[in-house]
Amino acid sequence: MDLSKEKKIAMYQDMLKIRLFEEKVFELYGQNIVPGTIHLYAGEEAVAVGVCTNLRKEDYIVSTHRGHGHCIAKGARLDKTMAEILGKKTGYCKGKGGSMHIADFSIGMLGATAVVGAGIPIATGAGLSIKLRGTDQVAACFFGDGASNQGTFHEGVNMAAIWKLPVLFICENNLYAMGTHQRRVMLVKHVMERAVAYGIPGVCVDGNNVLEVYEATLEACKRARNGDGPTLIECKTYRRKGHSRWDPATYRPKGEVDEWLNKDPIQRMKKHLIVDGVFSESKLIEIEEEVMNSIEEAVKFALDSPFPQPEEALEDVYA
Amino acid sequence: MNIPKITYRDALRQALIEEMRQDPTVFLLGEDIGRYWNGAFKVTAGLAEEFGEDRVRDTPISESAIIGAAVGAAITGMRPIAEIMFGDLTALAMDQIANQAAKIHYMFGGQAKVPLVIRTPFGGGVNIAAHHSQSLEAWFMHVPGLHVALPSTPYDAKGLLKTAIRSDNPVVFCEHKLLYSLEGLVPEEDYTIPFGVAEVKREGSDVTIVATMFMVNKSLQAAEILEKDGISVEVVDPRTLVPLDKTTIIDSVKKTGHLVIVSEDCKTGGVTAEIAAIIAEEAIDYLDAPIKRVAKPDTPIPFSPPLEKEIIPDKERIVDAVKQIRKRGS
Repeated sequence: MDLSKEKKIAMYQDMLKIRLFEEKVFELYGQNIVPGTIHLYAGEEAVAVGVCTNLRKEDYIVSTHRGHGHCIAKGARLDKTMAEILGKKTGYCKGKGGSMHIADFSIGMLGATAVVGAGIPIATGAGLSIKLRGTDQVAACFFGDGASNQGTFHEGVNMAAIWKLPVLFICENNLYAMGTHQRRVMLVKHVMERAVAYGIPGVCVDGNNVLEVYEATLEACKRARNGDGPTLIECKTYRRKGHSRWDPATYRPKGEVDEWLNKDPIQRMKKHLIVDGVFSESKLIEIEEEVMNSIEEAVKFALDSPFPQPEEALEDVYA
Repeated sequence: MNIPKITYRDALRQALIEEMRQDPTVFLLGEDIGRYWNGAFKVTAGLAEEFGEDRVRDTPISESAIIGAAVGAAITGMRPIAEIMFGDLTALAMDQIANQAAKIHYMFGGQAKVPLVIRTPFGGGVNIAAHHSQSLEAWFMHVPGLHVALPSTPYDAKGLLKTAIRSDNPVVFCEHKLLYSLEGLVPEEDYTIPFGVAEVKREGSDVTIVATMFMVNKSLQAAEILEKDGISVEVVDPRTLVPLDKTTIIDSVKKTGHLVIVSEDCKTGGVTAEIAAIIAEEAIDYLDAPIKRVAKPDTPIPFSPPLEKEIIPDKERIVDAVKQIRKRGS
């Protein structure tokens, strides 16, 4: 694999950034500082980071209700992300979107939709736009195992396939659509098997191994930029917490939870880096402190920021 | 200057051609709009030949992905025009229209624009029953973030469609099956009609009729009949429901003191209900009689010709409605 030491460090750092960011969001939620609900990305960091490490700034991503990790991995600012989650005027969407609808069009982050599966045709459209404009960008679409049961999955993937659009369909299979286990709602073992129906390649990777995700995405990006069309990549992963803030996730057997928590993507990468000699333990602590500081700054920025003026609710309906 | 007389269908096509020639980001997608079928109502005839199949794109039967892909293209620098073959089928794409296209600009704090046009034909009267005949424009009025245009003449069709294509907002562009072959004067040059500007299609002094799409024609016919009975009718066509030109409607009501609202959509929660509510709220003092609405009863559209005829508003019903309020109010 053509992964430089710097890239590996950056990947570790980005995963850690997402994890610590999400832990901070969880903490702030507990203090009643975050309005509404939250869907934490903790546990799935290797997917967003493994994918986005292959993307350029001008490439696109389409995200979901569980989208904080996608934003951070694509390079969104922590302060504006946190401010949005807190409903502040300085947030990415001026407080109009919140946790489930963060977007940063300046870095190709085309936004998070909270309708499960709705982003799939939108990513296909971004791919169509790329093809019509004749650039070599790609569009990566994140969605869950649950979304692969939506009609939009069938329609959107098929359309991208027939037109050979440069789209990466990234299925984050965390085993549960809210509380419903995959085996109760699909007979195939792997979402990836569905690729056959569209005549496109489907691959399945350990979604808690950032290097595996990286490698699969690298290949898919090459295909896409070459004009060979989309790839469906299924990343097997697991949420560390429940579906949303209110969900204690009691439907998940303890053995299963323990097994997955042991496969923590960040710990595994950390071990890999140390064994590989990329890092010393002390360097890792340094990185952790650096990340923590950036998150503290983001929190401070968000907390110090004003809420929008009530009358702003009436603005931005039309361009 | 000699202004050509062309059909509503050709006027729409002229708008598409002119905009596609001058803006390479404009492209079309939809089911059977290309060279093999030319669109179910032949609006896109000849376009694939001129602009190629990349820009006049036949799609699978996937309404949700047609609109979703159009949304994705619109937020990344293109100006897609999606055709949904029948207005009824917008239901299949409703999430993409109402939750995605309409909300992206707002939900993301104004970061993104969605320059998307959804062209689709509404209306009954051709005996194709419950899944191909509805008038659902009120659905889209109810979703902030969408503009809703509904031309009643070839001239308006061209001018409004050009405005829709150049707009940075998603526009639901409502056409009417029975209007496609209607002829009217349409200048060959470039012109646009701004949204939110109603047109008084006929001036009158006794009663105001506000009507849309095919009902404008029926209302004009009714006005002719009523004139013979000595009733002078003003016919106002809003041309866009969102934004709605309240001023022109209210000004007309101030003049006539009588209002009949005619629309082919269902009466409950529909176009006529909204306009009536606006007048009740903002101009009731100018009314000399209660508002009368002529709309489709709240039923699905039946197939059999006498059944369909029974429920779609016609000129006789419009004449009756006008006479009723004249009796009460004059």
